[in-house]
Amino acid sequence: MKHIAPVLLTLQLLSSAANARLNVVATTPDIASIARVIGDDKIELTTLAKPTEDPHFVDAKPSFIVKLNHADVLIEGGAGLEAGWLPALLDQSRNEKLASGAPGRIACSQGVRLLEVPASLDRAKGDIHSAGNPHYLADPVNAKVVAQHIAESLCLLDPKSAATFQGNLSQFNTEIDNKLAGWKKTLAPFQGRELAAYHNSWLYFGECFELKIDLFLEPKPGIPPTPAHLGQIIKKMKAMHVNTVIVDPYLNRKTAETVARNTGATVVDVTQFPGGVKGTEGGYIQMMNQTVNLLAESLIKKN
Amino acid sequence: MKLKLILGLSSALSLIGTPIQAEETNEVAQLKQMLLQMQEKFEQNQSEQRQQLESLRRELAALQSNQVTNDNPVTGASSNTAAQLEPSPPSSRTLLPATNSLSAPLTLVRSDSAYMNISFDVLIAAGGSTAADPAGQLELGDHDPSNNGFSLRNAEIAIDGAVDPYFKGYGNIVYKLDQNNETGAELEEAYLVSTALPDNLQLKAGQFFAAFGRQNSQHPHQWSFVDQPIILNRTLGPDGLRNVGAQLSWLAPTPFYTEAYLGVFNGQGGTAFSFRNEGEDVDGVPRVHGRETLDRTLRGPGDLLMAPRITSSFELTDEQTLVAGASAAFGPNDTGTGKRTEIYGVDLYWKWKPANANAGFPFVSWQTEANYQRFQAAANLTNAPAGYASLPAETLEDWGIYSQVLWGFRERWTAGLRGEYANGNKGSYDPSDIYRNERTRLSPMLAFFPSEFSKVRLQCNYDHGTLFGNQFSVWLQLEFLLGAHGAHKF
Repeated sequence: MKHIAPVLLTLQLLSSAANARLNVVATTPDIASIARVIGDDKIELTTLAKPTEDPHFVDAKPSFIVKLNHADVLIEGGAGLEAGWLPALLDQSRNEKLASGAPGRIACSQGVRLLEVPASLDRAKGDIHSAGNPHYLADPVNAKVVAQHIAESLCLLDPKSAATFQGNLSQFNTEIDNKLAGWKKTLAPFQGRELAAYHNSWLYFGECFELKIDLFLEPKPGIPPTPAHLGQIIKKMKAMHVNTVIVDPYLNRKTAETVARNTGATVVDVTQFPGGVKGTEGGYIQMMNQTVNLLAESLIKKN
Repeated sequence: MKLKLILGLSSALSLIGTPIQAEETNEVAQLKQMLLQMQEKFEQNQSEQRQQLESLRRELAALQSNQVTNDNPVTGASSNTAAQLEPSPPSSRTLLPATNSLSAPLTLVRSDSAYMNISFDVLIAAGGSTAADPAGQLELGDHDPSNNGFSLRNAEIAIDGAVDPYFKGYGNIVYKLDQNNETGAELEEAYLVSTALPDNLQLKAGQFFAAFGRQNSQHPHQWSFVDQPIILNRTLGPDGLRNVGAQLSWLAPTPFYTEAYLGVFNGQGGTAFSFRNEGEDVDGVPRVHGRETLDRTLRGPGDLLMAPRITSSFELTDEQTLVAGASAAFGPNDTGTGKRTEIYGVDLYWKWKPANANAGFPFVSWQTEANYQRFQAAANLTNAPAGYASLPAETLEDWGIYSQVLWGFRERWTAGLRGEYANGNKGSYDPSDIYRNERTRLSPMLAFFPSEFSKVRLQCNYDHGTLFGNQFSVWLQLEFLLGAHGAHKF
């Protein structure tokens, strides 16, 4: 025993010296911003998708293979969001640390209560994710679940920095709790109000803040708007006095503008990825703050 | 339990440790190793259990929070009179009915619920050409539209999945209809890929497309045009260069993507077109370039087909990516003993996609491949085809290029233009060989993708060749895909 203890210690020291900082790759900028808060300066962080990019349609660029090859940790949204591009990259990355089930593979959807899980799979209904709606991070409560998941995984992989990760996690949780109370207060006057959105990616946000975001410019998920469908939506919006159309940076803003012109509504640029809209570069909390404030500004208007 | 084991082991170790000095170092090293392994395993188990516990805890928390919201309307209902005074704000329950019903069960993770992904992809073509026999003159690829009217040359079942922690498995089975509507089937690909080799290596083994250039390893539904480029038909063959074999590839430790491949194949048959390919019957004898072919099996390592490739990629800007590659294939051909074929190719792919592209549109891409082939044909002195006294030993050369630009000009729409040139030196046999005469082709194309799972494509071909003059063809192609939609490679 007395021979082994120093050996173990040396080995541990060696391995921790070699990997001073965990090399973390995040698929999308939202989970990257949470990983940045938790990991702080204890991790090297690379994000694959751009904040303005449609997370369903990221090109599987060969440079991503290199990034994944070098990674100690991969944080993905999961729930099928990256199904169109991540598997091909992982196949070529030759990195066992990122194998599914490995401690270095963090699927953020794990532990999140996913909504709209289809009872039957039928593509006649559009491009529906079999695991449920994957845009769950628009609910700040889920951001806490994800932050905890990331913190726990990072603690396992780098126990030396566990105190930092735990500290950052509780700080993040406290900040979310405080902010969330404020955000709910800001949006409280509009509880139950209807909003129109281009794509069904704001379900979780609506649930959290008790807004009905269920009028979509897309007739079915992933199917572009048709004039007939837009006509119906305009009619409904007028009848229900809907004054706000939200649109993500990668969607067709012109269509949203047309609808807004015909209904007297306002187009609000929102994003679920920090940096996707100007003023959201500071991270998840700043982004949510801006989204809540912009929506409140728009919803208060008369039309 | 494992902890006890470790403790027991360590105490045993300290007991044994003192008396036997000679074997000590060796044994201690072994035991150290064991201890380390067990500790690792213990920690791994512990972390797994912790993760399980954690996810259960989250599930419980989610259920409980759901129950709380569930209860709200009930209490609201019981104190109905009081609640009537103030407008009751709709709770999240009314917005999201039945989150725990069967139609929307509480789910932690449900993607990839099967051990195997499976899909069925069908390409249907309709159209016509001024050429009487398009497949015999113009459309030489095995999956190209084959005749005037309707044709179905590619109905493909694709399967893939993780075999175990060490391998992934892939299969592509293709059915096609010939001009007499007879069904042909081919095991296009069936291979495994390693996932756990050290040193950035990856092994592929089975029947698969050689990593040669860009389009060779793509299946027809991934092509940007309805037909295979002329120079690929002439060098890699109408079915592409694919064979039974193995391939080792290595991801180089460069800051930009660089991958090197070495494929080793049997190199026999029609899918090794320019290699040990028996050819076609002419005057009752199987021939290639007029030479009677040797019908032989592999005699030694020198008979194998070797296919090396190197490819690199660069991010020119945030929105522009370039991929460049160089490939080669070397192996014997069947025209005579010691006769060999060499193919060399370069390929280039560039793509621009703006940072706020919607569903992958707009984009512009440019793809070019150029191939050069040297085919050593043996002399044929005694058994030449009708009309020839004999054929001399000679080297037949082929060269050609295709270049195509695609423009995804709006969501779901792509326009494209492809230009091609192919030629070869004059051999002493068959001046009317459709595979060796000068040809140019210009192909404008327009494609509409109703969704990711279907496609309508219209393509015109302006063909010019020394053998057939000018020909014009129009092809309409329909595609549908059922089942798993595999991730796209770049």
